[in-house]
Amino acid sequence: MDDTHPAVSNVRQVRQSRSGARLSAPAASPLRQMWRRFASNHVALFALLVTVLVLVFSLGAPLVSHFVTHRGYAEQVLLDRFTPPFTHGYILGADNLGRDELTRLAYGGRVSISVALLATLSALTLGVGLGATAGFLGGWYDALIMRVTDVFLAIPVLVLLLFIASLHAFGPFSLAIVIAGVSWMSLARLVRAEVLSLRQREWIEAARVSGASDWRIVARHLLPQTAPLIIVWATLTVPSFIIVEATLSFLGLGIQVPVPSWGNMLNDAQKFYAQSWTLAFIPGALIYVTVLAINLLGQGLRDALDPRLQR
Amino acid sequence: MTRYLARRILTLIPLLLGISLVTFLLATATPGSPVSRLEFNASARPADVARIKAQLGLDQPPLVRYFEWLSHVARGDLGLSLITYRPVSTTIFEKLPATLLLTGSALCLSLMFSIPIGIYTATRRNSWIDRIATLVTTGGIAVPTFWLGMMMIVLFSVKFRQWGLPTLPSGGMYSLHGGGGFGDRLLHLMMPAVALAFVQTAVWTSYVRTQMIEVLQADYIRVASAKGLPHWTIVGRHALRNAMLPLITLLALDIPALFGGAVVVETIFAWNGIGRLIVNATMQRDYTVVMGEVLIISTITVLANLLADILYQIADPRLSHG
Repeated sequence: MDDTHPAVSNVRQVRQSRSGARLSAPAASPLRQMWRRFASNHVALFALLVTVLVLVFSLGAPLVSHFVTHRGYAEQVLLDRFTPPFTHGYILGADNLGRDELTRLAYGGRVSISVALLATLSALTLGVGLGATAGFLGGWYDALIMRVTDVFLAIPVLVLLLFIASLHAFGPFSLAIVIAGVSWMSLARLVRAEVLSLRQREWIEAARVSGASDWRIVARHLLPQTAPLIIVWATLTVPSFIIVEATLSFLGLGIQVPVPSWGNMLNDAQKFYAQSWTLAFIPGALIYVTVLAINLLGQGLRDALDPRLQR
Repeated sequence: MTRYLARRILTLIPLLLGISLVTFLLATATPGSPVSRLEFNASARPADVARIKAQLGLDQPPLVRYFEWLSHVARGDLGLSLITYRPVSTTIFEKLPATLLLTGSALCLSLMFSIPIGIYTATRRNSWIDRIATLVTTGGIAVPTFWLGMMMIVLFSVKFRQWGLPTLPSGGMYSLHGGGGFGDRLLHLMMPAVALAFVQTAVWTSYVRTQMIEVLQADYIRVASAKGLPHWTIVGRHALRNAMLPLITLLALDIPALFGGAVVVETIFAWNGIGRLIVNATMQRDYTVVMGEVLIISTITVLANLLADILYQIADPRLSHG
């Protein structure tokens, strides 16, 4: 069974075709092949479109405020409290303080998505760093890192986050770092296992024989091989972090008002079920659509990047 | 089996010590202490502050304090709540049954739906029922639990009242007026349990389906159907046992998620359990209570994992002979 990485087998194919042994037409580049696999998956393509739309909407929040709603996110018109959607120029209505819901949604999304992205990047750095070094160095260091991983996995993430919230108040930046600090473990395990299996391969030995340093072997020869794994993990982690942030903010322990986030908008709406159910519906629906789209995108990427990663 | 059990239980000790160390370090590394309020009080004399610190043992180095604290925790003493001054362990243990009732009901609901639906859709692949079920589970996995709970309240408590339909109670564990009977408690349990079970059910249904499809393609299943055994005998007697094995592990791994979900659901539905307790304690910065909860919930998680490993050993004869 040929269990080498697809990228490697691609190289082989290309070499074979260059020698003219098998193919007359040049083989497509690995990247193009991946895109072809991805694009044949219509669900994933649609998910990509939705993800891009949500990103443009939230990261372009000031533009939404300036060109579409013509209102600031903190602008209160108390006479317009609980205006229903599509009335008096409020596209999605006004909230309990007469603030435009659509504008707040965009700004809230900017905070929620930035926190999730920053947390993913930080967790990526931690998980890859710890997992790769543990797998490569082995010995007592590996044992220590794995025991620490076990300990963190045994404490439910939300409970641990609440504990930290009882000791510190979070801002967007510190919240992202803390979320990363309690959820790097699964990636560390994955990367460690991958590095353990890769370090025995011939090309690593070849690199070592030709005098490459440990650092160079890890950075140039091992980590690029784990890239598909890391990309898929990151894509599937962003939505889970969006939910974590929203949950904490919903409980009133994450991003604090007046900075809007999808979670704390729902926390506000919770007190006004009877006045306006759309206030409770809209931010949650947007969270749901975003999370679902990025999940499906991640699954599509997993199938396209590395068929071995499929369960 | 006994040797395995002994070895497995021995691994719990470093794990539990690690959890206690993380908890302690997080609390200690935080600036401020129970006497900070006195230290910044202009009318408190430094000598008195020092005396109170010594009384509380705060003048000791962290390592000494850790072992002192650990010896108390080992004896079941989790300290006093900073707000109510009641023992933390009593506060938690009197609310634990409510949470166990909620999580237990959600667990039963999830299993009751995910296993039959998973099996049925696996045997009828690509039928319209399978397509609908796959669509619902794929969509269901991404639903935020707190939003689902809110929408249930909006529909079944708020809108149903406006429409003049019978409503479900939006919160609490029983009615204050003439409540407390079995039917009344069941009515209050309904929405929180469904909200908590929903995402879990979606995950497990797709898991059972995948497992079952894999097992149904195995050679021994083909042999069984070649022998002419009826379809449901093959599914129920031969395939089911092997397909259910990994579910034991999955169940144990989802225990932390279940407690995490309970935190959210209990807050939305005013369910008086340890989930709501930890949120309220966090808001009041009552960190001794939060610390106690972290320890207890983590211990439950660790024990659940142990139980799952043991069950797996019993359920899979290949492991105990191999």
